[in-house]
Amino acid sequence: MTSVPNSSSSSAYEAVIGLEVHVQLKTRSKMFTRVATGFGEPPNTLTDPVVLALPGTLPVMNKEALDKIIKTGLLLGCEIAPVCKWDRKNYFYPDSPKNYQISQYDQPICLRGGVEIELPGSARNVMGEHKTIPLTRIHLEEDVGKLNHGAVESLIDYNRAGTPLMELVTDPAIKSADEAFAFLTAFRMILVAAGISDCDMEKGQMRCDANISIRPVGDEKLGTKVELKNLNSISFVRDGIAHEIQRQIAVVLGGGTIRQETRDYDGQTGTSQSLRSKEMAHDYRYFPDPDLMPVKVDEAWKAQLREGLPELPFDKQRRFFDVYKLPYTITSVLVPDRALSDYFEEAAQLAGTAKAQAVGNWIANDLLRELGAAGLELAASKIRPAHIAALVALIEGGAISSSSAKDVFVEMFQSGEMPEPIVDRRGLRQSNDTGELEKWCQEAIAANPKAVAEYKAGNEKAINSLKGPVMKAGKGKANPKLVDEVLRKLLAAG
Amino acid sequence: MSSALAFQTAAQLSDQLAARQMSAVELAQACLAQVRATDGRINAFLSLDEADILAQARESDARRAAGQARSPLDGVPVGLKDVIAVRNQPLTCGSRMLEKFVSPYDATAALGLKNAGAVLFGRLNMDEFAMGSSTENSAYKTTANPWDTSRIPGGSSGGSAAAVAAGQVPVSLGSDTGGSIRQPASLCGIVGLKPTYGLISRYGLVAYASSLDQIGPFGHTVEDVAMTLQTIAGHDEKDSTSFRTEIPDYRAALAQRRGPWKLGVPKEYFGEGLAPEVRASVEQAIAWYRAQGCEIREVSLPHTEYAVSAYYIIATAEASSNLARYDGIRYTHRSAKSTDAIDIYHHSRAEGFGPEVKRRIILGTYVLSSGYYDAYYGRAQKVRTLIRQDFLDAFREVDALLTPTSPTVAFKKGEKTANPLEMYLADIFTISLNLAGLPGVSVPCGFSPEGLPIGLQIVGRPFQEAELLAIAHAYERAHDFNTKHPAL
Repeated sequence: MTSVPNSSSSSAYEAVIGLEVHVQLKTRSKMFTRVATGFGEPPNTLTDPVVLALPGTLPVMNKEALDKIIKTGLLLGCEIAPVCKWDRKNYFYPDSPKNYQISQYDQPICLRGGVEIELPGSARNVMGEHKTIPLTRIHLEEDVGKLNHGAVESLIDYNRAGTPLMELVTDPAIKSADEAFAFLTAFRMILVAAGISDCDMEKGQMRCDANISIRPVGDEKLGTKVELKNLNSISFVRDGIAHEIQRQIAVVLGGGTIRQETRDYDGQTGTSQSLRSKEMAHDYRYFPDPDLMPVKVDEAWKAQLREGLPELPFDKQRRFFDVYKLPYTITSVLVPDRALSDYFEEAAQLAGTAKAQAVGNWIANDLLRELGAAGLELAASKIRPAHIAALVALIEGGAISSSSAKDVFVEMFQSGEMPEPIVDRRGLRQSNDTGELEKWCQEAIAANPKAVAEYKAGNEKAINSLKGPVMKAGKGKANPKLVDEVLRKLLAAG
Repeated sequence: MSSALAFQTAAQLSDQLAARQMSAVELAQACLAQVRATDGRINAFLSLDEADILAQARESDARRAAGQARSPLDGVPVGLKDVIAVRNQPLTCGSRMLEKFVSPYDATAALGLKNAGAVLFGRLNMDEFAMGSSTENSAYKTTANPWDTSRIPGGSSGGSAAAVAAGQVPVSLGSDTGGSIRQPASLCGIVGLKPTYGLISRYGLVAYASSLDQIGPFGHTVEDVAMTLQTIAGHDEKDSTSFRTEIPDYRAALAQRRGPWKLGVPKEYFGEGLAPEVRASVEQAIAWYRAQGCEIREVSLPHTEYAVSAYYIIATAEASSNLARYDGIRYTHRSAKSTDAIDIYHHSRAEGFGPEVKRRIILGTYVLSSGYYDAYYGRAQKVRTLIRQDFLDAFREVDALLTPTSPTVAFKKGEKTANPLEMYLADIFTISLNLAGLPGVSVPCGFSPEGLPIGLQIVGRPFQEAELLAIAHAYERAHDFNTKHPAL
């Protein structure tokens, strides 16, 4: 009987998702004291009286952390608050040395703004739709320590405690697990490119919670939200959200109602379970921290930070399309990696914009393949942008063939030598002497009457059977483009 | 202390050390002897590290012998309220909670004293976490007023005041959140200064109410207080609320600034509840200033009546958060009854905190609760702004204000412990200064018929301690109240 999706079908529901993302800022010292930040150090070595909240200690703000969050806000088009104000969030938990966290409550340092994302395309080599996810706020706070639970007792490591932590909250404007995935990918790309954070989720440098609700398509009112925690990789964020949307739809279709609760997602098993319900919500008793003076953020400060801002990745992608005429498949490799795209631009400048596509191909395909096989980072590559530019110049100038270039590339990768000496030593320079070429071509025509006849009968491809013997006669040094020209000329004449 | 040294001022002792009439070790031993002779009755000290004191004194003597004395205070003993951190010394804050805690670091003020060569002399009793006006809230002992050992010395810095008044140390440091330096100074017949908020670093001062707390010195004379202030004042990068300001030579300023001053008398401070003998002494002091050519003006601080209420909202709110770190998890008392983390919190805090601290934590937790914030904390902050504005308005007309420090002389032990509200009114004349962040000094200005000291409070402009102390010094020089000492 049904013709359009109705409330008894899962397609009659849409998801509304908001993300809360915590990101550790990459600063030398902690948020409110001079102790170094770090990961993997022996327990409780990155501490001092302030981190441990010994009686009488006081916080002093790390300006580098404030700089970095303001940069983030400027990159994402946020309004920057004129004053950085600190509040205390009071709650008892053993990983929190003071039993309050210094945070920002009613005046976050960054308001609104947005993150441009790219949704998956119809195929890997097709660019997907771009859209902007609006942000509610970004604020700065301090991270807590880490509990290690044993059988009988729990141990606390305060190394992480006091690490500068940024909390970003999106509007409830994300519509699918894929959008959430794309959001985190794009956000991470921006932060890494700007040197704000390394965003290594395995090290806990980026952590994500998702607020998820569903509603009948077309409804304005938001449904009851469920908070999903412990999403500790970007893929788990996608899978966890997808799972939660399906779970909620199943509950509703089964005649049930969604309970406001916090659920814990287990990425290994792909299941979630309830952690706590809304009734256990905290009263954090926020109030302004009397130990910290508000810090004025004036126009000069913002202007100075704005000068050091990198280009946003998707802006760079658009520029690479426009200026270098790169295809999507290449930009999608280069753009997410700031070092790689800088490397490309340096090589493209040296080679000339007209040869940028070839440069891009060599970097995105050959260089990355060789680096991957050798297990090396770009910084360790012996091939520098000048090598790529020189190699491309040799190819485009007809000095070497593409297939020889591959061999030259491998040798450059090993030795770091520039391409010209390799080409000369190995005698790879192509022959561009048409006199010699004509002789080889005439020999090939004379020796292959069948191919000649087919070509003359209209089979264009038959010419290829003539090229092989020519190349063989030239021991690979014949310029294939010239061979093609000369053959055609001779065949037309004969 | 041999009678020759007992009750001598830090300035006098400093001169004798400089003239090599005695050594720092001799002075330290004299102080230790006075403690032994009197502290059984006074109970000013919570702990005393004799070996450490003598070692410091020997170092001072060695510096002096090498011609490298660091300051006039080099070799002079200074007692510290047990709320100011000193490396490798206990830091109990008068609480069971921190009974076993030994500080691994120095407060900036303690470091200032060390850098001046002073001998850090013992840990002085106090109301638990500086909450109280009689030192009866200490978890360890009740300090007696040296003038009458059946009476309290005031609080919360009662140990610091009593130790100076009993001649055990020439000077000491206390902390003042609502009157905790000035009120005990008044009740013990000595000088006590609460500096402007931000003049002295709070780093290493265990927080009671962060926006109100301030360290300050006690001494027999204004000059001693000035000398001590000199060693601890100034900006500290470890305290964001410490102020960048030029630090003058406070001692030199005493003689340089001679008035006459325009002095205000706030009418709200002379109303009901003021004991007649206190009123009489303070009015005589005012009359003296007038006789010296000072212009005396009545001024009004119209929001005074709201000060105590605003104070008990702001101070307890901050305290409820500041004291959360004492949770039984690490360095604090942990209840033997505990099993899990929540249990550790409940039992350890129940056992570790005394009743007044619990009362203030509960009050502070309540006023910050969701739904009550605006009605209590938010409004109290507005009142605070109005109170500060009252003072700033008055200071457009006058250079300083004269008021009583305490509404009464020292009361009997146990007299007010059953009624917290009555105890809170002991600070009625001192609390507003903390809310306004202003400096205030209490100087002796008389005795009651039963021989108990009375204090005059002088209130100064922000960061004008040099002027404030000069006004106090002028009065002190013309009177002999500070030369009288209790018979012990």
